[in-house]
Amino acid sequence: MFLLPVSFSINADYFFLQFTIPIDNGDSVKNAEADSQRTLYPYVTGTSIVAIKYKDGVLMASDMGGSYGSTLRYKNIERMKAIGKHSLLGASGEISDFQEILRYLDELVLNDNMWDDGNSLGPKEVHNYLTRVMYNRRNKFNPLWNTLVLGGVKNGESYLGMVSMIGVSFEDNHVATGFGNHLARPILRDEWHADLSFEDGVKLLEKCMRVLLYRDRSAINKLQIAKITEEGVTVSQPYSLKTFWEFKAFNNPTAGAEGSW
Amino acid sequence: MDLNLDAPHSMGTTIIGVTYNGGVVLGADSRTSTGMYVANRASDKITQLTDNVYVCRSGSAADSQVVSDYVRYFLHQHTIQLGQPATVKVSANLIRMLAYNNKNMLQTGLIVGGWDKYEGGKIYGVPLGGTVVEQPFAIGGSGSSYLYGFFDQAWKENMTKEEAEQLVVKAVSLAIARDGASGGVVRTVIINSEGVTRNFYPGDKLQLWHEELEPQNSLLDILNAAGPEPMAI
Repeated sequence: MFLLPVSFSINADYFFLQFTIPIDNGDSVKNAEADSQRTLYPYVTGTSIVAIKYKDGVLMASDMGGSYGSTLRYKNIERMKAIGKHSLLGASGEISDFQEILRYLDELVLNDNMWDDGNSLGPKEVHNYLTRVMYNRRNKFNPLWNTLVLGGVKNGESYLGMVSMIGVSFEDNHVATGFGNHLARPILRDEWHADLSFEDGVKLLEKCMRVLLYRDRSAINKLQIAKITEEGVTVSQPYSLKTFWEFKAFNNPTAGAEGSW
Repeated sequence: MDLNLDAPHSMGTTIIGVTYNGGVVLGADSRTSTGMYVANRASDKITQLTDNVYVCRSGSAADSQVVSDYVRYFLHQHTIQLGQPATVKVSANLIRMLAYNNKNMLQTGLIVGGWDKYEGGKIYGVPLGGTVVEQPFAIGGSGSSYLYGFFDQAWKENMTKEEAEQLVVKAVSLAIARDGASGGVVRTVIINSEGVTRNFYPGDKLQLWHEELEPQNSLLDILNAAGPEPMAI
């Protein structure tokens, strides 16, 4: 691969990891692995995706943040992208891996179009492709560090599924990644029902996103909601949610016990 | 105090790229450190890729140099084959390709900035991991931690060339004041349709910040200066 000019050798002592003495030079802790390629940790990450099936198709929500460790470094990252005519892919986790997945899917859609046979990739096919990619990478100990949400509508059928970085893949009526699993899914289990209207669906997603905003450190208050129906995919403009802080108990919480919180 | 002269050369660094109405301004400090020792106090971290595209380098000095060398080489060939200047987007993507595919081994954050006839002035951030983010302005390096708040407040769209350069110089100077890994001089590179301009702002010509004092030649000058009781507390 001529684009990999940095050569590396596979260490004969496979289980030995070679470290240089870690020095904090402001920017980085030096940590050189001489064994074969493996991704160990993500750098720029996106947080939760939440998605639900509704009457006309699928709704998906995500914020626009790209965190760099604990720093909220990027605030304009689109983590949901249309795939072909019928699907929408949302991703949390490492953004560079998400960008690479989009390149793979570009190629997939291109080849599909080149057949020129009137057929087009549906969400089921895209989900299956992604599952294979993620699982095979996991088997090589070099995962794409993402949890992906794939939603779509084709021939009147709504589809919503998820693939994790270790290749776990399933479909459901509502899915969420990361913190969304813990904070949003309980709300959805309680309040989701079949044939939600668009307005009710959006309100339900916004309820979930607001909770995530309160309780997820890596969430930012700038989100998008995307809708997929038989007609196609639309991603909303970025917007912010109002938050509520005027509980009486918030006003002076340590009045009864100074020093507490 | 352990100088650790065998530590890899790392550019602690503050790097900045800003778009303005007509082009881009790239800025950087000039300190390269080996552990606690300043190996080079006047390095040039803004490196040319083509006539119209430059890159700001941060992180490991070696990694950023070798990446920019490869990309310069690829872009040179690309320009010959294309028959016209390479675009900023293509340059950023080549940087991304190397950064992403070698993410396990590289430790360098880069800011690609330039001007081309299709998109005008553009800035692309390529942090660790190989993500590409097109931004109206980008900051990077260890010194950038101190600038997030500053830019949130001071940045505005459609600045003039002079405003943009002043903003960059001020920002690098503020980062140098607080980041031990950044220092030396402030270098800027302005790229627009007319060409490229390099500027140089030596450390002693920069504005003074909180708790910084006017530099003197000697205490003797202070003592000898007119004024009441300079030694009195």
